[in-house]
Amino acid sequence: MNISIWLTRTRRDGGNFVKKIICNNPTFCSYYQSPNSSTSLVHSHLSSSIMRSKDCGFVGKGNFRFLYSSSSFNSSYVVSVGGRRYKATKAGEQLLFEDDNGNNTFEESKGEEFPGGKIFFTSEMNFLPGSSEKRVQCYRVLDENGYHVSSTTMEHVSKEVGLKVYSGMVSLQTMDKYFYEAQRQGRLSFYLTSFGEEAVSLASAAALTSHDLILSQYREPGILLWRGFTVQEFADQCFGNNAGHGKGRQMPVHYGSKNLNFMTISSPLATQLPQAVGVAYSLKMEKKDACVVAYFGDGTTSEGDFHAAMNFAAVMDAPVVFICRNNGWAISTPVTDQFRSDGIVVKGPAYGIQSIRVDGNDALAIYSAVRKARKMAIDEQRPILIEAMTYRVGHHSTSDDSTKYRSIDEIEYWKTMHSPITRLRKWIERKGWWGEKDESELHSDLNNQVKTAIEKAEKALKPQLKYLFRDVYEDLPTNLIEQEKLLRETVERHPQDFPIDVPL
Amino acid sequence: MATNLKRFKEFGSIFINHTNLLRRFSSSSAVLSSVDAQLQPPTTGTGKSINLYTAINQALQIALDSDPRSYIFGEDVGFGGVFRCTTGLAEQFGKHRVFNTPLCEQGIVGFGIGLAAMGNRAIAEIQFADYIFPAFDQIVNEAAKFRYRSGNEFNCGGLTIRAPYGAVGHGGHYHSQSPEAFFCHVPGIKVVIPRSPKQAKGLLLSSIREPNPVVFFEPKWLYRLAVEEVPEGDYTLPLSEAEVIREGSDITLVGWGAQLSIMEQACIDAEKDGISCELIDLKTLIPWDKETVEASVRKTGRLLISHEAPVTGGFGAEISASIVERCFLRLEAPVARVCGLDTPFPLVFEPFYMPTKNKILDAIKDTVNY
Ligand SMILES: Cc1ncc(C[n+]2csc(CCOP(=O)(O)OP(=O)(O)O)c2C)c(N)n1
Ligand SMILES: [Mg+2]
Repeated sequence: MNISIWLTRTRRDGGNFVKKIICNNPTFCSYYQSPNSSTSLVHSHLSSSIMRSKDCGFVGKGNFRFLYSSSSFNSSYVVSVGGRRYKATKAGEQLLFEDDNGNNTFEESKGEEFPGGKIFFTSEMNFLPGSSEKRVQCYRVLDENGYHVSSTTMEHVSKEVGLKVYSGMVSLQTMDKYFYEAQRQGRLSFYLTSFGEEAVSLASAAALTSHDLILSQYREPGILLWRGFTVQEFADQCFGNNAGHGKGRQMPVHYGSKNLNFMTISSPLATQLPQAVGVAYSLKMEKKDACVVAYFGDGTTSEGDFHAAMNFAAVMDAPVVFICRNNGWAISTPVTDQFRSDGIVVKGPAYGIQSIRVDGNDALAIYSAVRKARKMAIDEQRPILIEAMTYRVGHHSTSDDSTKYRSIDEIEYWKTMHSPITRLRKWIERKGWWGEKDESELHSDLNNQVKTAIEKAEKALKPQLKYLFRDVYEDLPTNLIEQEKLLRETVERHPQDFPIDVPL
Repeated sequence: MATNLKRFKEFGSIFINHTNLLRRFSSSSAVLSSVDAQLQPPTTGTGKSINLYTAINQALQIALDSDPRSYIFGEDVGFGGVFRCTTGLAEQFGKHRVFNTPLCEQGIVGFGIGLAAMGNRAIAEIQFADYIFPAFDQIVNEAAKFRYRSGNEFNCGGLTIRAPYGAVGHGGHYHSQSPEAFFCHVPGIKVVIPRSPKQAKGLLLSSIREPNPVVFFEPKWLYRLAVEEVPEGDYTLPLSEAEVIREGSDITLVGWGAQLSIMEQACIDAEKDGISCELIDLKTLIPWDKETVEASVRKTGRLLISHEAPVTGGFGAEISASIVERCFLRLEAPVARVCGLDTPFPLVFEPFYMPTKNKILDAIKDTVNY
């Protein structure tokens, strides 16, 4: 919901002054979320823009207050500034204004119905700030020690969900550890870990239903884990064997599963985002009780496809939740080289999308925010943007040595101080749901499971040669029939040139 | 052990630092050193043996040093690039001349066009040729037509787009492609692909100084594997001039980039069977040196073209058609093409997909015995 608050007043010298304060995202606007009818204004955008207009006498923070006239979103708000009362309305509605005497002194003729809606004129030459002075705050439920931050709003988390998210995060971490090691030993061609970002994929997956479709980047395998993709299935894909979903054609970590409503990952960045909107539009047309959730990194938001997707989603009223993992880095490129905005969250409102910034290392905050976002996306048929603040603790991939461009101290700090796994563990332990014994059982169980899966996947045969030619099209066209025939003749003539673990 | 491991051990990896065996590339090969002494680059300073990415790095260093209005930019370029080609350049020339861009290929090329239109040398890096497609519009509709559409009032000739291309043994769909043919269909740009470190340095410097926009594809498989003596100083090699890198009389083979070393091995094996092969490095794909290829085919009467990209619509088709037009009566056999298959680039099936030495050798024999 976009809310514009218009403040107008008559200057002492008689000239009109109009101040427009846009508040695009209700979550930024703590004032109307409060049930208290005389809450002091704490919202930074609002306060800074009023503070800045010194020429009209709004000089001190203490000068203005917000007053509630009703708790409903649709009612008007009354703003009290420097002893004068102003009435604010929703965007697009007629401007309301009251001066001290209750007279509406700003005439409608001072605005114009431009295509797209009415816009009012101002005599002030105001450039909107490029970014707010204060950065958008980050919603969190648990602090680093696993304690609830005071008066937080959160969704109920059952014991079952809490434990499943936790063990999922540990599973992901364990899988990453062994698969990464296997790559270092030359057994796997490539790998990429989720270290430090486990909460984003596991806790968001927990907040969805299995009917919600996922289009992800490559650092969110936790979603698949949550949905029941087995360690064996991960291993089979990574080793490109005949049991793997992708028939050995794609690089490791490019998972996909039709059964689990998880569309197959592609390496080119951001391409999944406009696609996600198309998928969401289909759900909308079919009136499904489901949404699409699209995941991507901070770097990926620089691609044109990200912007296309945001705009399409807003214009099509598509039930899609965009989840950006802002982990600070795109390979070696820090976010400071990537954008000058206050991260990703502020880009949502520019497209007309409600957005929230969440502590990405706080599983409970992710869970709550995604649950709420899902409900809004489906009930209100609209897109939502979530920016999860986190940190890429591992190297970009097995191709990368990140100590070339960032300090080990920085990595260590995030690894030790902000581990999402440790934080959730403290919480479930405090709840009495988890103990030392559970922890060691889980680890030994997982270690065995992962090691066995790797060994099995490694021994398995590769897919049959015919799968080189299948699925290019639904049917085999004649050029491929001919090429397969010629290739088989070549293999017969020169068997030594070809890997023996690919069955002919 | 699995296919993958075997291939890593043999070919090394751009992703992991194995740099051993050279099945694909033999450093003693004629592919590295030209048979035509006149085409040897002038030796300025003592040539050291360096690999291909170091040769690229040297060329970029010289480009920045010799023209204060030259700039290098792209994803992760600041710390040296994911293939290390820009190592040390930001430190030497400053962050205003060598810099990271936001992760956006259309932005990189569009920005480069604007920079070049102002008379600068814009050297843009696309991290992988597989990721050049978001910039396709900027290249095809903008860079290529900038001069023509303005009646030569504006041009972006100072633009050079570098991109690593081709197979590496484990790149799968999106770290392996050879998209050169798409760009060869676009009048207004030049497409250049070097085969070795010495070639890479001279051709890249030519491309940077060339008054037309150039797409410069670097064979990433050879970044570490190909090692040869490269003159330390500044030198250029001419564009649109093919080079006969092995002389022969029975059949002409035409290729470019990394594929030449495979073709050369086929030539060596064919020789054992008494077949004399002439091998030509095209180097510049558009505008290409038809005369050199034509002269060779007039001599041998046979032509084979080989590239990694899928055979259908590949640049081999263009060469074949042109040579058939020019040498129809001289040809003693159909033109042969040994290329990639008409499939996406497949991970575990890569050895089957590739135009291997023996596939080429078989085609040489079939053509000669036609
Ligand atoms: C279109 C495209 N350009 C470049 C790349 C190469 N590349 C792969 S991952 C990556 C960085 C992505 O960073 P981010 O979106 O922040 O995700 P993270 O790796 O941090 O999870 C780059 C540049 C690519 N895959 N696709
Ligand atoms: Mg990132």
